[in-house]
Amino acid sequence: MSLLKKKKRTEAEIPTSSMADIAFLLLIFFLVTTTIDVDTGIGMVLPPKLEDDVEPPPIKERNVLKILVNEQGLVLVEDQPSAVQLIRDEVKKHVLNNGADPRYAEETSKALISIKTARQTPYDAYVSVLDEVWMAYFEMWDAEARALGYPDYSAYVNAIEAQEGDNAIREKIKAAISIAEPDAA
Amino acid sequence: MPGHFQKKATTKQEIPTASLPDIIFMLLIFFMVSTVLRETTVQVRTTLPQAEALTKIDQKRLVSYIYVGPRKLDGNRLGETGVQIDDALIEDMLAIRTIMYRKLIEQPRLIVSLKVDQTSEMGMVLDVQQELREAGTLRINYSSRRELPS
Repeated sequence: MSLLKKKKRTEAEIPTSSMADIAFLLLIFFLVTTTIDVDTGIGMVLPPKLEDDVEPPPIKERNVLKILVNEQGLVLVEDQPSAVQLIRDEVKKHVLNNGADPRYAEETSKALISIKTARQTPYDAYVSVLDEVWMAYFEMWDAEARALGYPDYSAYVNAIEAQEGDNAIREKIKAAISIAEPDAA
Repeated sequence: MPGHFQKKATTKQEIPTASLPDIIFMLLIFFMVSTVLRETTVQVRTTLPQAEALTKIDQKRLVSYIYVGPRKLDGNRLGETGVQIDDALIEDMLAIRTIMYRKLIEQPRLIVSLKVDQTSEMGMVLDVQQELREAGTLRINYSSRRELPS
């Protein structure tokens, strides 16, 4: 009996318990090294192609905040020279005006921001202007979300996505940004 | 002593770990296969502009890239502005609408990420956008980096 037992114990076996660890190490190595950098950027939706015979809907001059960026990257807001940093406040004043100031929009829902560039405008000047406009909207959305009792806008978005509700803030303050065609030279 | 040892072994309380490496290997192979990076050699320089109001694109499958920037020439020289989609430089701007329209049919929720060099002129970007409107790919993204805290 004891002889038989001895034979069983000397059976040749490769220890496989550490194989899992080795494979785990490899797995973790691949998981860590293949981090794909997530693309970040400023999202926009282009207007659909205009049919030739359809006129664009009329927009009151007052509701449009015109921002012009020239070849040197200098900015005109409503024909007044301005700095890029000031655009954020201008956009907020314009959108949240609600008819108070005749220079700004009548209603939040009608407010429109128009960005016009020249063909020679450097791209980074355009992006910095667009960035300021978007930041103005983000800050307004944040303020709205705080008024509703959320810490910030992204918390609000998460909350309504969980309930599959409508984004009421986005409905109230639409980011209406239009990119105007440059004048033909 | 050996008798005692044997008795314990016969209770078979161990989880068989022999198949564990196989499971892990399967996972490993899955990750190795699924994370294939489609590397395109970018033939134009794209130093992205910096911005603050950034959004992330989580679904990478939906994204198609258009690169706009000065062409990279031999010896670190830069040429005139070029437009690149996937692997090829676009010579004729009108070709963009056909290419993008085909991509849109394959992926109706396509997002076009414009990787534009910060020194490029807006004229080129607007031309590309006009072509995208023609193609019907309206969701775009101006790819930009996070501003470094100054």
